[in-house]
Amino acid sequence: MNSSLEKSAKRDVSFIVNGEERNLLAHPMERLLDVLRNGLGLTGAKEGCGEGECGSCSVLLDGMLVNSCLVPVAQANGASIITIEGISTHDLLSPLQQAFLECGGAQCGICTPGMILAAVHLLEKKPEPALSDIREGLAGNLCRCTGYMQIFEAVARAAQLRMAK
Amino acid sequence: MPRKEGRDKVTGAARYVDDMALPGMLHGATVRSSVARGKIKTISFGPGVDWNEFVVVTAKDIPGKNCIALILDDQPCLAAENVNHPEEPILLLAHAERHKLRKAVEAVSIDYEPLPSVHSMEDSERKSTIIWGNDNILKRYLVEKGDVDAVWKEAAHIVEGEYFTGAQEQLYIENNGVIAAFEPESGVTIWGSLQCPYYVHKALMALCDQPEDRVRVVQMETGGAFGGKEEYPSMIAGHAALLAIKSGKPVKIIYDRMEDMIATTKRHPSRTRHRTAVDKNGKILGGEIEFTIDGGAYATLSSVVLSRGTIHAGGPYYWPSVRIRTKAVATNTPPHGAFRGFGAPQSLFALERHMDRIAQVVGISPIEVRRRNFLKTGQTTTTEQTIQENIDLDGLLDRALDLSNYDAKKKRFAEENRNGKIKKGIGIAAFLHGAGFTGSGERYLNSLVGVEAGADGVVRVLVSSAEFGQGTNTVLCQIAAEALGLPYENVAIAQPDTNVVPNSGPTVASRTAMIVGKLVQSAATGIKETLAKSGLLGEDYTPDQFRIACREYIASHGALKSYSRYESPGNVYWDDEKYRGEAYAAFAWAVYVAEVTVDLTTYSVTVNDFVALQEVGKVLNPVLAEGQITGGVAQGIGFALYEKVVWHDGRMLNNQMTNYIMPTSVDLPPIRVFFEEHGNVHGAHGAKGIGELPMDGPAPAIVNAVEDATGVRFDSIPLLPEDLFEALGDKSGERDFLSPTRGMA
Repeated sequence: MNSSLEKSAKRDVSFIVNGEERNLLAHPMERLLDVLRNGLGLTGAKEGCGEGECGSCSVLLDGMLVNSCLVPVAQANGASIITIEGISTHDLLSPLQQAFLECGGAQCGICTPGMILAAVHLLEKKPEPALSDIREGLAGNLCRCTGYMQIFEAVARAAQLRMAK
Repeated sequence: MPRKEGRDKVTGAARYVDDMALPGMLHGATVRSSVARGKIKTISFGPGVDWNEFVVVTAKDIPGKNCIALILDDQPCLAAENVNHPEEPILLLAHAERHKLRKAVEAVSIDYEPLPSVHSMEDSERKSTIIWGNDNILKRYLVEKGDVDAVWKEAAHIVEGEYFTGAQEQLYIENNGVIAAFEPESGVTIWGSLQCPYYVHKALMALCDQPEDRVRVVQMETGGAFGGKEEYPSMIAGHAALLAIKSGKPVKIIYDRMEDMIATTKRHPSRTRHRTAVDKNGKILGGEIEFTIDGGAYATLSSVVLSRGTIHAGGPYYWPSVRIRTKAVATNTPPHGAFRGFGAPQSLFALERHMDRIAQVVGISPIEVRRRNFLKTGQTTTTEQTIQENIDLDGLLDRALDLSNYDAKKKRFAEENRNGKIKKGIGIAAFLHGAGFTGSGERYLNSLVGVEAGADGVVRVLVSSAEFGQGTNTVLCQIAAEALGLPYENVAIAQPDTNVVPNSGPTVASRTAMIVGKLVQSAATGIKETLAKSGLLGEDYTPDQFRIACREYIASHGALKSYSRYESPGNVYWDDEKYRGEAYAAFAWAVYVAEVTVDLTTYSVTVNDFVALQEVGKVLNPVLAEGQITGGVAQGIGFALYEKVVWHDGRMLNNQMTNYIMPTSVDLPPIRVFFEEHGNVHGAHGAKGIGELPMDGPAPAIVNAVEDATGVRFDSIPLLPEDLFEALGDKSGERDFLSPTRGMA
């Protein structure tokens, strides 16, 4: 966020977030991350670096994996957005969330929402990923705690759980 | 046994400090020094900003003592007259709208009278400019064992080496952040991302001039720490508290990544010199070790980091005699601080490179030199601590060699490396890590732990030990559940809040599972005993019977709590003056093996396989324990091959994730983790510390492997492609690769 925000007028923005239509007023250049967190109270997306390196602000925008710290909210107008809050339904963990929990894929948890969304995106494209696919698919999401091994295991297990369903 | 707070973490429901807001809350920002050293002449508030809208705090607004109370109290919370490092905090601003702060920070201009500054350990040692105390030396230790001066004449070889490690950024993904509130009736409250609630509590009592019961510190979910949130949170919490006191409103300060990297602590850079006398078989007769670390501008934790580096400098080997001289020197850079391993990764890097050097000089393999010098049960360490536990380092080494297929690979690589631009190598490191506070430390800490049972039969663990990913919540609940014979689900852990939990000490030094865990075990047992004494509970009981007993006890007594305080095992001898005695209650032992590929076209080093074998006492939770090791190894690989802090006059230049590179998911090898489990009398259910150990071994194992691949010595990390290019570049085309270590496995 910078002081140029003061100069631009707020505009109507509407999009679908986790299946629900949301309308709000925002500066067009405001970061989608800030709008989600501060405007809509969806604090699952985290800011780690503010420059698109760490991926902890990852969300799905019309099915694409994006760093919400790099997306001006105007660009999200009319889009369908999925955040971590939209991954579990009625308290029921998704296979990925379950697998992250069981395999130790989450330690401090700060990268976890973004990591899970990157994995959701990966499994949409490749339901039966090889280890190299998992490594590639998560390469935009940094984790400082796990050394990634248990995250790979979690994604592989989730892929099996999904295929079994 | 799933992670206690795991569900909240995978659903995004976990609450970190930046996820929290209070009504009327302001945002705070810090105006920092633009020079490395100087006198502050004037501070002026430039045009274009309506300063009436801002809360401004300077050193003059500090109600108590202008220092971050820790050990020596030499670091000011806000620089008043002098600045001693770039980015030193001078002035604080707060405003309701966060985006207005950046412009305001830039509009504050500070004039300095520059003073000469010091930017290297060598400059500091030269003492031509004194920037701290009388001699720039923050702390020294001397360890002496036996008569080292007598060994040189009987030595078959005298092996010398000099080794360097660079600064390393903790790079937790959640930046430092706090919220502070001040109420005239109740005092100061802090919610923050932190490791040690009672460190912040102590610092704020002094800074804000408040009694114990008017400072409250609450740890929020913490997004990684690794030591980086051990001492620094006292600083940022102090800043937010000062703004909250002055404004009367809650104030949130969240650093962005660039501020976090440029202004907060990093791992101490180090230089180690070894001079070792060995006999013709490569057996160590004695040696001199000089270990020096760069502490930065203030003493902060450097004395303690130096202590651990000093004690670990001799590694897992038997030294009949040794003299270890160590010091932490001051430079005009932001203070270096706690980071996983805490001095040990530095001195162990040097030692484990030096062992390979000894092997070469003597003409034996890296394996053999270690075998011939390994500590055995009954022998003494460099501080003359007798190893009481049953250790078998030979066996550990054998298993690691086996798991990594070391011999076959060593042979194969020697063949394959004769031609082509792809060179492969394999290297090992053997090491140890002491668990808990050093020497008399645990006695001074005097930790207290509570366990409380509710009328619903749910048991709550009361500790100030923080969860920041390592699994504190889970492991301590597991221990309490097991002690009480209750299901894991029936045990919860209180959020660390100094109004609620006793001081179980800081969450550092790999002490939580071992030391705090043992106290939890005994406090939990106390609950059972209380119920038994009251005649409410028999020896065998069901969770339901336990619940009913709790309900009845609470109905007549009001509450059911049990506390347990640390008691030193009576026979521990430690001399703080001579630095001699039992340094740690227990050591974890490990042998790591790294396999690397060096590409002489790109000069990149890739780690292809990594075996991490350790003996850590009882493994309390296999998934969490394995996660600690893989995570530590990944940080160790970063320390060795990726993570370089670029300095200019004491200021970090590459303070972004774009140009400070940590390993990603495509950079790491399979990290294969193996445990040997021997019991340990000091820990809960026989556990030893585990968190820091995996940071110690990867760097030397990898650099040993790089030497094995290229035949060229590298004694400084991080080892980046440009360093390899410089050493090998012009020669690689024609040169036949002949390694002095070839064929000696």
